[in-house]
Amino acid sequence: MAKPLVATAPFTGCFGCHMSLLDIDDRILELADLVEFDKSPINDIKTFSRPVDVGLLEGGISNDENVEWLREFRKNCKVLVAVGQCALTGGVPAMRNTVPLKECLEEAYLNGPTVVDGCIPNDPDIPILLDKVYPCHEVVKIDYFLPGCPPSADTLWAALTALLTGKDVGLPYELIKYD
Amino acid sequence: MSDETMTIIIDGVEVAAQPGQTILEAADQAGVYIPRLCYHPDLPPGGHCRLCTVKVNGRPASSCTFPASDGLVIENDTEELNAFRRTIVEMLFVEGNHHCPSCEASGDCELQAMAYRLGLLTPTLPYLRQPRQLDASHKDVYIDRDRCILCGRCSRASKVEDGKTVFGFEGRGIHKRIAVDGAKGLSDTDMSVADEAARICPTGCLRVKREGYRVPVGQRTYDHTPIGSDIEHKKATR
Amino acid sequence: MAEDYAKLVNETVEKFGKDRGRLMDIARALHAELGHLSEDTIGLVADALGIHRVEVRDMASFYAFFSREPKGRATIRLCNAVVERMKGADEVAKAFEEAVGCSFGETSEDGKISLEYTPCIGMSDQPPSALVNGVVLTRIRPQDVPGIVAALRKGEGGGRLHEGGYESSEVELNLRQTGPVVFAPMERGAAIRKAVNMTADDVINELNRARVRGRGGAGFPTAMKWDFCRKAEADAHYVVCNGDEGEPGTFKDRVILTEQADLLFEGMTVAGYAIGAQEGFLYLRGEYEYLIGHLQQTLAKRRRLGLLGENICGREGFNFDIRIQLGAGAYVCGEESALIESLEGKRGAPRDRPPFPVQKGYLSRPSSVNNVETLCCAARIIEHGADWFAAMGTKDSTGTKLLSVSGDCERPGVYELEYGITVEKLLELVGADGAQAVQIGGPSGQCLAPKDFGRAISFEDVPTGGSVIVFGPERNLLECMRQFIEFFVDESCGWCAPCRVGTTLLLKQLEKVLEGKGTRADLDQLERLGVTVKTMSRCGLGQTAANPILTTLRNFPDLYDNLIKPGDFIPSFDLKKAIAESCAITGRNPELEEEHV
Repeated sequence: MAKPLVATAPFTGCFGCHMSLLDIDDRILELADLVEFDKSPINDIKTFSRPVDVGLLEGGISNDENVEWLREFRKNCKVLVAVGQCALTGGVPAMRNTVPLKECLEEAYLNGPTVVDGCIPNDPDIPILLDKVYPCHEVVKIDYFLPGCPPSADTLWAALTALLTGKDVGLPYELIKYD
Repeated sequence: MSDETMTIIIDGVEVAAQPGQTILEAADQAGVYIPRLCYHPDLPPGGHCRLCTVKVNGRPASSCTFPASDGLVIENDTEELNAFRRTIVEMLFVEGNHHCPSCEASGDCELQAMAYRLGLLTPTLPYLRQPRQLDASHKDVYIDRDRCILCGRCSRASKVEDGKTVFGFEGRGIHKRIAVDGAKGLSDTDMSVADEAARICPTGCLRVKREGYRVPVGQRTYDHTPIGSDIEHKKATR
Repeated sequence: MAEDYAKLVNETVEKFGKDRGRLMDIARALHAELGHLSEDTIGLVADALGIHRVEVRDMASFYAFFSREPKGRATIRLCNAVVERMKGADEVAKAFEEAVGCSFGETSEDGKISLEYTPCIGMSDQPPSALVNGVVLTRIRPQDVPGIVAALRKGEGGGRLHEGGYESSEVELNLRQTGPVVFAPMERGAAIRKAVNMTADDVINELNRARVRGRGGAGFPTAMKWDFCRKAEADAHYVVCNGDEGEPGTFKDRVILTEQADLLFEGMTVAGYAIGAQEGFLYLRGEYEYLIGHLQQTLAKRRRLGLLGENICGREGFNFDIRIQLGAGAYVCGEESALIESLEGKRGAPRDRPPFPVQKGYLSRPSSVNNVETLCCAARIIEHGADWFAAMGTKDSTGTKLLSVSGDCERPGVYELEYGITVEKLLELVGADGAQAVQIGGPSGQCLAPKDFGRAISFEDVPTGGSVIVFGPERNLLECMRQFIEFFVDESCGWCAPCRVGTTLLLKQLEKVLEGKGTRADLDQLERLGVTVKTMSRCGLGQTAANPILTTLRNFPDLYDNLIKPGDFIPSFDLKKAIAESCAITGRNPELEEEHV
């Protein structure tokens, strides 16, 4: 039987959740026995080539490219798991959500104390910022949530193995953390 | 047992209650935990958060304000009530701007701890994202209204414990906010870092400056044991 | 200038006896004079009363009629209640915006006129209506608007309408059907004279035998309320009349206060005798300020006739008088404990119960809070006897009920009818053919479908405080329900979390469904939220705020089913909207792919 396929995505976050996945230490070998990684920054596969069983999403949704990729993930993955506070709530990047976007950009690129000859970046190659940083579940349907900043290696391990072996992903008290 | 003692029944278990006690007080004494956020044992009840709502003879009522009386039959730890409580906790999360990863109250925050206890993985109600004012004018204490759940504990503590009136409310409905007794912010009031009110906030809204992040992750109040464990522990050790 | 200002504040505070309990009156007086309550005013009032600034601000920031920012000399408060919008308020709003040159929520450039919306002002039988500095305008047509605005622009001295030359329209009575209890001829003092020849217990017992229940909608037995209040030991007891009829679509108290104020005061005096109170309050909603002159005159006349004051009707030691307290725009003050808070000069936040007002009410003393109509009934029961009263209506709902009928019907107005009348008969009476739905009891009541029109208006079947809104066949019913929820969002006091946040979330969720972005899961979520708000909220407002949704989900499921889409998830997220701000800032204009889920 083919091993389940897993894809991962880094949206607007710090990559800490991906790091936490690597933090499962030698259990990574067990995981490698259990699954095969498809599109993921871990193996640098850039596009979906086949339907994937589980998509792991890190980061909030802050620009049009995030939206496009999140929708791609929804199309290509049977199960989508939002991983970590940014994916779940927008996280630290969402701290800008109560400040108008214009003010954010002006502070960063025009008026900040270290800005010299500033201008608001406008290249067509740069993704377009959204008005807010959105949690993944406000854009597509999310099947499971794994909280944490990042979720601990134990949380990820417990949830992934349960998911891949068709067991209940109920997290014990100590693994539900918002930080 | 004195003649005065009454008995109430919580989730089928008989609990002793004294005259003058509320349902919540009687339950606490007996080691039965009823979830709550705005209640504080040193203060008069506020009735704001409604998490402590139980069914009293079948009708919903806030246990922090409802007087215990002999023979009351109370439902508390039911799936129905806990689902309502979970929704209220979600409401409080999406109403404010709670960024747990960057909040110094994380790990000691009662709102967060209540979400953990009720098994809330993440709020999924729509975020309101209202801008709220920060008041860092006072030299020792700050107010970050993004994290305020309008429990009114600071206001009650300032009045009852400190004999002052540093805090109040302003506005109404979804625009209601915690307010201070000064034209120019907290520095314009007689707030002191020694006030009981300074350390009574259940979240990261009203905090003493320069005290954050002293306790390492893993040793904070709710890292290992759910909120309410101290009360439930009473029963366990009987 | 600054000195004059401080002097004004001090004089006003003195005028009300430096009494913290009169803070509402102090604020009203200063607001009328200054046009708003600035932080400076708030500080001065606090100093003059010897209380904290935050306490004054707490109250001042609560009521819709108090502005904390400078406003125009005239504030036009256009009523945007559901019935008013059904009858052209939106067109009138547009006309005002054009004539004044600003949007609602703003003040004109010349600083003279502010535009505000206000919920139901008790004129649903003569819409569209507005309040202009306390003056009521009704049946406003878009073509009237330029004239009104020109008159206000010309008008000096606070922008009073009559000074500007515009004739304010009279409020119509629209009393369509009188009955034997409330709208029958009365003889001043008849009930009091009978009462003072009875013992207080006998008065209460007479009400008990009449089986009269509270007319506000909840239907608590009046005799029991009076009895609890009377028996609660304290150094003072109070009679409080709830004249804060704010339920959208209700205006029956307006008609009582206009036509039968004497009967109400008669009932209050009887209540005073029965519960042993020396003081009574009529809490009058701020929207009815235009009635206060008439009411004060009526009180003065009654004092002259010895029906108020000391040793009333010759009864040694029976002293009783009535003060009118005006509100300032807050629906929640119709809740009895919120009303008491407001009466004490505080924000109108309901209290937790127990203790009930009959145990601890105004100033923590036993207080009986009764509906205007209930007190009228009480007076009549004493006058004509319990048997006479109990012979009318049904077994559990004796007497008559005043119904305020509005919406899609030929004869909107007030009807005094015996309890037990079916919705069907009522619709016939008011001239409402082919109604698709009837909202009974206002937004906090229930929305009935034709299958329920055979039901009877009574406590045992369809209870109501009196509001009846008819929706004709062409109405977008769920849009009307959305406006009801919007009303609760605006009127939630904010004290408790489930109502404060839940009403806003209910509105968002309903709007998602109405925008065609809903699935079956969204309807489930709508119901779940509704039940949470209903079960967990602290007072009647929150406990009924979800009713427009919950009762239409039950009675009109097809309307919802027709709106939802297949599948289990549609995001409320809209990429085009989400990048609009960015595109405006950077001038970019990307081509978007067709959105897919």
